[in-house]
Amino acid sequence: MAGHESTSNSITTSVMLSLRQIRRSPLMLVVHLSVLFLVLLWTFPTAGLLISSFRDKDQLAVSGWWKALSSSEQNIIGRTASPDQQVLLDGKYVLSGTIEGFDTKDKILRFGWKSKQPEAYQVGSVAAMKNGATLTVNSEGSYNMTALEPFTGSRGKRIFYTEIAAPKFSLDNYVEVLNSEGIGQSFINSLTVTIPATIIPILIAAFAAYALSWMRLPGRGLLIALVVGLLVVPLQMSLIPLLQLYNTIGGFFGVSAKTYLGIWLAHTGFGLPLAIYLLRNYISGLPKEIIESARVDGANDFEIFVKIVLPLSFPALASFAIFQFLWVWNDLLVATVFLGNGENELVLTGRLRELLGSRGGNWEILTASAFVSIAVPLTVFFTLQRYLVRGLLSGSVK
Amino acid sequence: MTSSSGLALKNIKKAYGKTEVLHGIDLDIALGEFIVFVGPSGCGKSTLLRMIAGLEDITSGELFIEGAHVNQLPAAMRGIAMVFQSYALYPHMTVYDNMAFAMRIAKEDKATIDKRVTSAAEMLQLTDYLYRLPKALSGGQRQRVAIGRAIVRNPKVFLFDEPLSNLDASLRVQTRIEIANLKETLKDTTMIYVTHDQVEAMTLADRIVVLSAGIIEQVGTPLELYSKPANLFVAQFIGSPAMNIFNVELLQTGEITRIKTQNGRQFDIPITSLKEIENQSLTVGIRPEDFCLAEDSSCMLSGKIIFIESLGEVTLLHLDSNESKEPLVVKLPGIIDKQKGELIYLKTEREKIHLFNEQGKSLLY
Repeated sequence: MAGHESTSNSITTSVMLSLRQIRRSPLMLVVHLSVLFLVLLWTFPTAGLLISSFRDKDQLAVSGWWKALSSSEQNIIGRTASPDQQVLLDGKYVLSGTIEGFDTKDKILRFGWKSKQPEAYQVGSVAAMKNGATLTVNSEGSYNMTALEPFTGSRGKRIFYTEIAAPKFSLDNYVEVLNSEGIGQSFINSLTVTIPATIIPILIAAFAAYALSWMRLPGRGLLIALVVGLLVVPLQMSLIPLLQLYNTIGGFFGVSAKTYLGIWLAHTGFGLPLAIYLLRNYISGLPKEIIESARVDGANDFEIFVKIVLPLSFPALASFAIFQFLWVWNDLLVATVFLGNGENELVLTGRLRELLGSRGGNWEILTASAFVSIAVPLTVFFTLQRYLVRGLLSGSVK
Repeated sequence: MTSSSGLALKNIKKAYGKTEVLHGIDLDIALGEFIVFVGPSGCGKSTLLRMIAGLEDITSGELFIEGAHVNQLPAAMRGIAMVFQSYALYPHMTVYDNMAFAMRIAKEDKATIDKRVTSAAEMLQLTDYLYRLPKALSGGQRQRVAIGRAIVRNPKVFLFDEPLSNLDASLRVQTRIEIANLKETLKDTTMIYVTHDQVEAMTLADRIVVLSAGIIEQVGTPLELYSKPANLFVAQFIGSPAMNIFNVELLQTGEITRIKTQNGRQFDIPITSLKEIENQSLTVGIRPEDFCLAEDSSCMLSGKIIFIESLGEVTLLHLDSNESKEPLVVKLPGIIDKQKGELIYLKTEREKIHLFNEQGKSLLY
């Protein structure tokens, strides 16, 4: 995700540059073309997903997202008004009006009254039905149904019609997934997992990184080596032992097995080695003189950390926050192990997996759900990415 | 310890592992004195300064600041302020916050902080820049902020670690004058200044400490070091171009020392020499600017010009003489009308000749 966004930001500039540099270096051209290729590779499906999620579900079912802006032919089943609206006119019972649910922007081409022959009659013509009944449908959706006998039943009669539908975009899909499919609740569950699971490791890691960079303590090198070593431990290996450990300790304190606290701690643990490693590299690269100057100025380690190191490390904190946030947000495995399946605990990824099983054919639900789950990482990335490029240290030394 | 002692170093040593970098430094600095540590790169002058500041541990020896033993005291409690070579401003704070930082840490009240910062800013002409970030300042202004940050703390000892080496030439002269003025303003504050630039050392110092390879070579006023260097190292380190040296034969010791150059010329030099050195060969040192041109070959030295540097106010002549392998350098005032390859004769006043024994020690001491 991160790579994709930053490259698409620079796409225009890189294309313009490449035009100027084509003659100078063929290798440059290759680089730019590859970048362009990668950008397209990411952008197209994402754009398709976004467009699809706003389309009408009937249109989505019959045409691809690249046809979203052109009209499409659809076969639809509509109904007349209910039989209690019938009037007696010239000895015939008449039902008339506009087909229920018909969008006036659309145009009807053909119609029929039998499910076996839904396109039997041209629009405007009179269709003869059983027992001397007739049906006329006009292109703008009005109909006129007559019969010698009174209409019976509680629902309106079925009308089959083929229409040219104008492109339709709406937020209906989003409203549906957020309310009735449980995505809204899962969204909140995911945030409940992700925000603490991002902030807690950053806090711990920043302290640790400062201590490992600037405080004299015995075995410092060994500790750093240990952290680097932990970087390569596969998560899957420690998943179950960690769960057992948590359950044992949790059982001792009377905490139930699958809770938010558990998953926060799990994500904190899995995120810490990388966090400490990244932040230590950054913090130990801060100019020594600044730290010493603060020390001469009377600041103790805690004050140096809070007032000098933390503000100056913002770019590193932000970049790790992005990593950790995206990883926790997209995580399914840890959530499956450490968190329950209840309505108040199921995270977005888990919900998406469920929908894929139960509503796999309903693209409008899947696309909208997917985009709901993308929205947050995108926002996080775009809010924090400016800290990645900003040089915070300028003006301090030299 | 008398009350007028600013700083006292007793046999201070520093070792990193088994490598000893400072071999026992003894130094007494009076209250309000401006001391300059000078020496070539790697001589330990910055390490010594950082030990005084409390940024490096003292391996052995004792350090007193205004009579108090401070070996174990952390940097913050020693009553020192330090100006770093790289300014070391806090980049995320305004000039005002930079200067107020130490006082805020010390929990001074706001009115005091404001008063001290404002007056320091006035003194350093920073009033207009108080609310800017360091990155919006020029190099000279940044260095003034660093100095201001030190001033507001009202330190007992002011430490400068090569504060001018990041500035360009003209700014360096200007800031040097500002530091000299600062010294006048803060009469009771002891100042220690580390540099490798001898011009800074000569112009600013009350006393200069010349360090080399972890030992003190000589301590003295700038002019003492210039006119009576204790040894060959100091003699060659102070003064530009460096003093010319060459070996001579000792003919006679006593109140007047008689020597013979390798060209066979004999001279009486008014320096007392002891009998013990009778069999040694001596080294003669003459500063380039102490030479003047002579008319004939009865003079002291002669040589062929191999290189001429005309600087306008002075002319430097590099001579090929028989006295030493290194060319002799002669500094003459004004523009000299001589050609490359020409043979010239030189003389000097005998009082300006320096004599060093085989160990490189001056016979004056």
